[in-house]
Amino acid sequence: MTPFTKLTAVAAPLDIANVDTDKVIPARLLRKLRSPPHGYAPYLFHDMRFDAEGRERPEFILNQPAYRNAGILVGDVNFGCGSSREGAVYAMMDHGILSVIAPSFGDIHYANEIQNGMLPVILPEDTCRNIREQLHAKPGAELSIDLETQTVTDTNGDAHAFQIDPVYKDRLLKGLDEVGLVLEHLPAIEAFEKRHHAEHGWLA
Amino acid sequence: MTTPRTMFDKIWEQHVIVRREGEALLYIDRNFVHEGAFHAFFALAKEGRKVRKPRQTFATADHYVPTVGRGRGIDAITDPEIRGMVELLEHNARENGLMHLGIDDPRQGIVHVIGPELGLTQPGLTITCGDSHTSTHGAFGALAFGIGASQLKQILATQCLWQKKPRTLRVVVDGTLKPGVGGKDVILAVIAKIGTAGATGHSIEFAGSAIRALSMEGRLTVCNMAIEAGARAGMIAPDDTTFQYLDGREFAPKGAEWDQALTWWRTLPSDDGAPFDREVHLDADALEPTITWGTTPEEALPVSARVPVPTEMPVPEKRAHAESALAYMGLTPGMAITDIRIDRAFIGTCTNGRIEDLRAAAAILKGRKVVVPAWVSPGSTQIKRQAEAEGLDRIFSEAGFEWRDSGCSSCAAMNGDIVPAGMRCASTSNRNFEGRQGKGARTHLMSPAMVAAAAVTGRITDVRTLL
Repeated sequence: MTPFTKLTAVAAPLDIANVDTDKVIPARLLRKLRSPPHGYAPYLFHDMRFDAEGRERPEFILNQPAYRNAGILVGDVNFGCGSSREGAVYAMMDHGILSVIAPSFGDIHYANEIQNGMLPVILPEDTCRNIREQLHAKPGAELSIDLETQTVTDTNGDAHAFQIDPVYKDRLLKGLDEVGLVLEHLPAIEAFEKRHHAEHGWLA
Repeated sequence: MTTPRTMFDKIWEQHVIVRREGEALLYIDRNFVHEGAFHAFFALAKEGRKVRKPRQTFATADHYVPTVGRGRGIDAITDPEIRGMVELLEHNARENGLMHLGIDDPRQGIVHVIGPELGLTQPGLTITCGDSHTSTHGAFGALAFGIGASQLKQILATQCLWQKKPRTLRVVVDGTLKPGVGGKDVILAVIAKIGTAGATGHSIEFAGSAIRALSMEGRLTVCNMAIEAGARAGMIAPDDTTFQYLDGREFAPKGAEWDQALTWWRTLPSDDGAPFDREVHLDADALEPTITWGTTPEEALPVSARVPVPTEMPVPEKRAHAESALAYMGLTPGMAITDIRIDRAFIGTCTNGRIEDLRAAAAILKGRKVVVPAWVSPGSTQIKRQAEAEGLDRIFSEAGFEWRDSGCSSCAAMNGDIVPAGMRCASTSNRNFEGRQGKGARTHLMSPAMVAAAAVTGRITDVRTLL
């Protein structure tokens, strides 16, 4: 996994609450293989980005020239609720979006972002709204995110501190492999299994 | 005297292998996979790994299987990409030595239906699946939660998962549900009360006399939609209803092991005075049949209500969402819910595709005719056979319902069972998101009996007027 340390990128405001993962990538596109060179990028927000004929909807934020190359999304409450589909993370990452800033996230989606080296940043609702307003006022403006110092610097140069669980931070900073982290404990796992399955023989 | 503990805490502690800062390495007793697991299997193979405990992962084809023409097996699937999904699961299951209930297996069904049906889902277990509705299995007093592809890969490779411990929320539903009101109405009312993010970061325990009185089917419906309130898991304490359901099922313990299991299972319910981080109360007597009018499951109301008028809503954020939801749904602010006309009816899914759901719908349909196209897709092939043995298929067919095969079908429409754009569907599924049942499709969530009532009248109807 690629480590996440700092990111300075164009940010796009997404003024929608409860963006479910069906919106991020519609279910009918999940049968696509994540093949090079574009992976899942063409499917990101598909039905919001494209009309029935496959033409871009010019009003959608990521279709506007200033935000096309956004590397950061600034959203609203409960971002990524709904389905556990990791395709939602693949679609964002393949499109170049490496961080989502929002007041709250769906639990499974939050974990999926961390697992793939994306950084979900939680900032208060008012702060997110304020940053979205800045981004609307200055199309194409950049935000800077520093995971080490846990700060987001907005377009006015104001820094906003955010909280992240230390284990998630460590994993992102180092780009650690989860399976490797588990298998370090193999002797303990085997001992647990032996005891657990001796107590509950029908589960072995 | 020991400190009183919640059921969640007991099961969590029994599965912790090691701890590190803020996280525990949890042992996973049982893991389920469906076609969507292909990303995890690809990654596993790429890393040169195999499934570490193949006897603890179970595969079933549900999301992409067709619900017609199943006698032809895989050839019933004409779309090559959809067929590829079903074949890929079979391939990955074979490569890794997993039990696989494929498209033509008599035990095939929706993963959250067959787990309980086969007795794989049991009290006290940790259960995972790469599917958000894994919370369903918590109805047995198990700790069950959905995961993404990366965490699924981790479980396949190790049978363990690093997890941060969620907080606990007890939802107490006391009183007696009235005729025509059931598990679906309870959970829709809970979500309407606490919101789609109301239980984020929490594991819910559903308790109270109304929950205790529910059958296993009703409890499964309630826990199924815990995720729609944002919960990590939903659980209900195991009791005699649970044990009776499990007794004799294929993977349930037998003989001396059954007695041993029972002794353990009876220790699982939360102790008196166990502390929960939060608590919410609901009065079962006050509940009516409940339906969704908007595009998130929290946008739900009793059938006797009127569609909200956004300008009269107190919270500005809810107002904005309601406005866009009403536009998408094509509804007039303030109209009576029972004036909403429907174009389609759909019964099935991991929420409401079980035998009791089919019986409840059939009771309304007997001697009546549908006035819109209507489908029923039993939650598993075994449920389909049982319903046929009970004569329910004839009731559905005579009423004008299409008696289909088992799968996720029109819930997420991944197999092609779509609701056409602009069409309004009365559905027993769990998500009314924009485009969920097909691009532009409009979904109203409700109980199986309410879908049956809507199908015969052509509009949303209080099922109690047809009982």
